[in-house]
Amino acid sequence: MFDDFIIRAFVAGIGLALITGPLGCFIIWRRLSYFGDTIAHSALLGVVIAYAMNFNLIIAVFAVSCFIALSLLFLQKRTNLPDDALLGLLAHSVLAIGLVLLGIVSFIRIDLMGLLFGDILSVNITDVLFVWVGGSIVLIVLILIWRPLFAATVNLELAKAEGLNADLANAIFTILIASVIAISIKIVGILLITGLLIIPAAASRNLSSTPIQMALISSVIGLVSVVLGLQTSMIWNSPTGPTILAITLGVFILSLIPLKKLLISKKKIELSN
Amino acid sequence: MNNSLVELNNCGVFRNQKWLVRGVSLKVSQGEIVTLIGPNGSGKSTTAKMSLDILKPDEGTNTIKKDIRISYVPQKISIDWSLPLRSIDFVNLVTKHKTSEINDALGITGIQHLINEDVRNLSGGEFQRLLMARAIAKEPHFLVLDEPVQGVDYSGEIALYKTIQEIVKKINCGILLISHNLHVVMSQTDYVICLNGHVCCSGIPSSVIKDQEYIKLFGSNIDPTLSLYKHNHDHHHLPDGSIKEADKNK
Repeated sequence: MFDDFIIRAFVAGIGLALITGPLGCFIIWRRLSYFGDTIAHSALLGVVIAYAMNFNLIIAVFAVSCFIALSLLFLQKRTNLPDDALLGLLAHSVLAIGLVLLGIVSFIRIDLMGLLFGDILSVNITDVLFVWVGGSIVLIVLILIWRPLFAATVNLELAKAEGLNADLANAIFTILIASVIAISIKIVGILLITGLLIIPAAASRNLSSTPIQMALISSVIGLVSVVLGLQTSMIWNSPTGPTILAITLGVFILSLIPLKKLLISKKKIELSN
Repeated sequence: MNNSLVELNNCGVFRNQKWLVRGVSLKVSQGEIVTLIGPNGSGKSTTAKMSLDILKPDEGTNTIKKDIRISYVPQKISIDWSLPLRSIDFVNLVTKHKTSEINDALGITGIQHLINEDVRNLSGGEFQRLLMARAIAKEPHFLVLDEPVQGVDYSGEIALYKTIQEIVKKINCGILLISHNLHVVMSQTDYVICLNGHVCCSGIPSSVIKDQEYIKLFGSNIDPTLSLYKHNHDHHHLPDGSIKEADKNK
């Protein structure tokens, strides 16, 4: 069954959508979207290292992402600069270092377009395994740290005061983001990952009234977008990653329609008749 | 440390080249309300945070009894707009409770009817009551209340302080209360610590109020036009604002 690249693409894409849903919600709640971008930008360095040293791409990207996340924590404590400035500093300097290395190590030939926008149709069995095994681990860990992480998201001091290990939950969450970005590099690419994390969650916000609902609906929206996006890209022969993202945007726009209000006002009209 | 829940011993916090507060010692025991008063920037919240071990003291020691349940009502809390959060979810934030327990806690602070309401739709006073409800739902051993009645209407303020007193009796917890108005909390307080970067004076309320240091900070007498006007309502309000006596069916 997994011989068919289309099926592999579907399986990998669906697996990814299921993880990015809840994780994306936390990224929105904690205003970390630029952090996601920073990690994604720095992933290029990981890719170059992986190619130069003939190392597994996902693990190399994961290692670099973790390093960048830790550097951020370090800089936050050592400098008085605001977070967005620190993130900009890290994102672009590490991207630059990645590009410099890419130039120096001239024997590497990287498909830059594939790296930036992903190439879901080229995923192999190992990639699929990484998505599902890695993804399951990420989801299980997220469920385990849900309470302290969520409490810290609402109010850090309150969570700490009442005995939750908020700092540990925050650190683990950072590692989870790094892993998801590493996993998704091949599928949607460096430039589009943050979109896949944020847009389904944003669309889900308009449709949900509890945190868990938002996380679940976000996964469903991601899943639908991946399936529709893959099919559309096959029909129109369009690049797959961008097509999936375009579909998520479509769902987001649909989510803005105030369905509840429309239903209520319709009922009122019926009643008044 | 016998029955004391939390003890600060000569504690101070040093930030950005200055001492936020220094030389604070206090002790909160079971069934006791300790009140911190002082002007803005006098280190009340900082002291509270040391007693919760959110802030580590730069000098002195803070000791918290092991394995006690702690509840905290912070001074300021803002819920991000992107968070879909109902009152019930907020009460369950740190510890999951049974629905009946949540109903009880919300009932004590008078907002039971808002249990499924989105937190962002609550008014300032209602949210303050929710913070209280969440704190008492845990039945804590140690409860820290940082200006718990800000934004609550006047009759609600008195009622909430009475509630606090009732909670102490019911669950026998120790409370560290921060207030800027000693007169309102006086009758409920066992011990008062007056802060202004350091401990100005401390003792039982009736003696602190006569202390020279206290008078310097707060004045000897409140302006008569501002002093508390005691009146008795001839009616009671239900949580939604309607009058209980007027609508006996409720």
